[in-house]
Amino acid sequence: MITFILKKLGKLAALLAAISILSFILISYSPVDPVRSYIGAEISRISPEQQKNIEQYWGLNQSKPQQFLQWAKALTQGNLGTSLIYREPVSEIIIDRFSASIALMGLAWLFSGVFGFLLGILAGMNEGSLLDRLIKSYCFILASTPSFWLGLLLLMFFASWLGWFPVGLASPAGSLTGEVSFADKINHLFLPVLTLSIVGVAGVALHTREKLIEVLNSEFIRFARAKGESGIKLFWRHGLRNISLPAISLHFASFGELFGGAVLTEQVFSYPGLGQAVVKAGLGGDVPLLLGITLFSVIFIFVGNFIADLLYVVIDPRMQIKPSHD
Amino acid sequence: MEKLKKIPFSETKEMKSLLEVKDFSLSFPQYKKGFRESYIEVIKDFELTIHPGEIVAVVGSSGSGKSLLADSLLGILPENAEIKGKIYFEGVALTAKRQQQIRGKEISLIPQSVMALDPLMKTGQQVQSSIQNKKEKKRIQKEAFQKLGLPKDTHKKYPFELSGGMARRVLIATAMVSEAKLIIADEPTPGLDEQALEETLTHIKQLSENDRGMMFITHDIHAALKIADRIAVFYGGETVEIANNEDFLGKGENLRHPYTKALWRALPENDFKALKGNQPEAGEVFPGCVFEPRCPIATDFCKKNKPKSAMVNNGIVRCFYAES
Amino acid sequence: MTELISKYLPLKRSKKRNRRKRALTFSVLGVILLLILVGSGFLIDTQGLVVNFDEANSAPSWSHPFGTDWLGRDMFVRTVKGLSLSFWVGLLAAFISGVIALILSLLLLVNKTLDSLVTGLIDLFLGVPHIVALILISFMLGGGLYGVIIAVALTHWPRLARLLRAEIMQIKNSEYISVSRHMGKSWFWIAQHHILPHLMPQLFIGFILMFPHAILHEASITFLGFGLSSEQPAIGIILSEAMGYLSSGMWWLAVFPGLMLLVMVAVFDSLGRNLRKVFDPFKGQKH
Repeated sequence: MITFILKKLGKLAALLAAISILSFILISYSPVDPVRSYIGAEISRISPEQQKNIEQYWGLNQSKPQQFLQWAKALTQGNLGTSLIYREPVSEIIIDRFSASIALMGLAWLFSGVFGFLLGILAGMNEGSLLDRLIKSYCFILASTPSFWLGLLLLMFFASWLGWFPVGLASPAGSLTGEVSFADKINHLFLPVLTLSIVGVAGVALHTREKLIEVLNSEFIRFARAKGESGIKLFWRHGLRNISLPAISLHFASFGELFGGAVLTEQVFSYPGLGQAVVKAGLGGDVPLLLGITLFSVIFIFVGNFIADLLYVVIDPRMQIKPSHD
Repeated sequence: MEKLKKIPFSETKEMKSLLEVKDFSLSFPQYKKGFRESYIEVIKDFELTIHPGEIVAVVGSSGSGKSLLADSLLGILPENAEIKGKIYFEGVALTAKRQQQIRGKEISLIPQSVMALDPLMKTGQQVQSSIQNKKEKKRIQKEAFQKLGLPKDTHKKYPFELSGGMARRVLIATAMVSEAKLIIADEPTPGLDEQALEETLTHIKQLSENDRGMMFITHDIHAALKIADRIAVFYGGETVEIANNEDFLGKGENLRHPYTKALWRALPENDFKALKGNQPEAGEVFPGCVFEPRCPIATDFCKKNKPKSAMVNNGIVRCFYAES
Repeated sequence: MTELISKYLPLKRSKKRNRRKRALTFSVLGVILLLILVGSGFLIDTQGLVVNFDEANSAPSWSHPFGTDWLGRDMFVRTVKGLSLSFWVGLLAAFISGVIALILSLLLLVNKTLDSLVTGLIDLFLGVPHIVALILISFMLGGGLYGVIIAVALTHWPRLARLLRAEIMQIKNSEYISVSRHMGKSWFWIAQHHILPHLMPQLFIGFILMFPHAILHEASITFLGFGLSSEQPAIGIILSEAMGYLSSGMWWLAVFPGLMLLVMVAVFDSLGRNLRKVFDPFKGQKH
């Protein structure tokens, strides 16, 4: 158990190191000039000398490996640098933004998991029926749906047309965070969560369906039926037990898609989360923030995969450490 | 192995039968060209009688629909299966409703594969679930495990922790603890070595004590002869012969059907001569005898006419040329 | 499980034949639909893209089936043009990713170190959210159409590479390969004669199934504002522009372009799945 955790942590460290190097190289060869993007349109008002000063201040005149070493050294001390657009420490922005995103992602993850699992069971129990075909087509269509388009449609329908929900932002504009009521928060979370949940259902549902059909055709279900078990009791004793662990594990291993979905959804609903920040960082040439969020998202996915693997180790008596992704 | 208890056929006739199957057929729908539905007959004209305390083997090569026979008796066939014919259990018609009520209680299955154990449930619990007496279930399960020579802590183990032989004994224990009057052993000795085979057969034989009847489905005529009182030979979905154990002697002169004779001669200790050709595929339709294409003594008459089953020498056979 | 398959063989076999036939029919239909789409992207009159304030903001009608935007540009023409751009980006990306996946997975035959480097690279790519990887690469390339294409092309190979690698591993351990090996054939020869022919169906299906992902990712990253400028007709651009007109009730700006994108992605997706049924009926059956 401990070796398992240590092994995984070692892997994470290697992964983070590799990704830092790779993304640093990627970013440092970008033609986007950080000084220019920092100053924005007023660049013409600044003398070349002043530009030089800024470059020196940021250490841009050093060689690339030197820059990387400096950044990596700061990184190991927990210092991710300062964001150029927000002018705040990157770590603070990440914590602040992530706490907004986690509400969105967590709720969507939960809902899509529960509904996907139930739909998958319904379809699998009635394989080949009209209901099964409907659920299957629904999932395949969902898998082809651009999530941001779905968000747009929901926004148009519920917010613009019916006027039930606000058009954006996690809290009403102009109010301080302390004054935001719980109801307000729900109000602003509802549509983004709905979008992300609807999109997330497909994967779990199809997986659960397939697994259930496999289990229902298995020898041990035939034997259980021969022993006189049937209906709900049979499903509860032998079916659920055998499909729930793979489904939960798969759902944990899908943090990557969840994060990707959140990036797009936050953009549509102008929800001030981590996803919106990474887009802004990318568009605005905010290198420290972009690097910081990249590393953070890697940890996020890793945690999901780690829990997925850990579940097998802890729960499955067979103790098999199965690869969880794909 | 103890000497077999012989029940002459004429005597069994008077005994009350435990299971009686007559004119039984099983078919599946198949979509051919267009949307016209047609049926594939997997089992046809099947007949069998089992008396209390008797072991009747159903011998047929793999893929001849033997497992489906077990499923039909238990009533756990896929929904699209269609069955015809009569099944009586203790003299009363075995309807789907009755099957559902007595399945696992009065009729018990020993499956072929050790995969039949739920991989995520402890073996003790799996065996206990088929014990009717809920108060005594721990004790009954313990006794059964002991009788079968399973180590004391087996009930706490998951199937993956057991060896193949132990898992097989757990499956037998499931039938042992049930109060079933009829046990269907569906190919319980697949590919076992000599020693494991002996052992499993001994355990299965134990089950037929207390006047339980048993249907022993197998492709291994050897194994069948070791424990069965009578042997039903299954070919192309039909019962071609039901012979008594003692009919299998010498060159098979006492056997009635040419297929049974061929089977017997194909054994290594006899002539070791395999029959040419293959079993008909499910769905192939013969206007005459199913065995006609491979039969050494077939005539033109066999091509066009279907033999009915007849009593010959205390056995049942489906052949025009069976010697009496 | 072998028991189960032989048990229901008569039923399954007939069903399978029927399924394969149906799958083939659907595949042909899908290809025709896609050809129409791409063809019309070429042939369509670009007159509709000219700014025309006289016809600005008009709802769908016979002359403008998808309506017009605030500049009077015909939304149908923009959508078809955008889809054809998506198609080419998807094609290029799927092709490049397919080649990368094939080459990297074949490195398994060369030596162990290279192979573990490949698996490491696969883990690396799958360890970053796909969108973030797209942002990073297109940022490095300074955005623009090429930035988007290259980003999409460079990020879709890991899953296919992993699949092919597993396949090669299986073939590599099979008997006839070791016989070939003993006969003194080089790995290059073996790859050419024994492995590639086996991989072709997998590679081809993987190639088709990469399309929908690539197209969706192209649209997503464009929607987020990376790359393409607003004159270029791309579905992502159209939808991100439509965001600004949500409250004005111009629903047609978002509904039709997105729906068409959905249809195109779904056609590719079902094409891939149906082809899998045709080529690989055993695996295809599970879906």
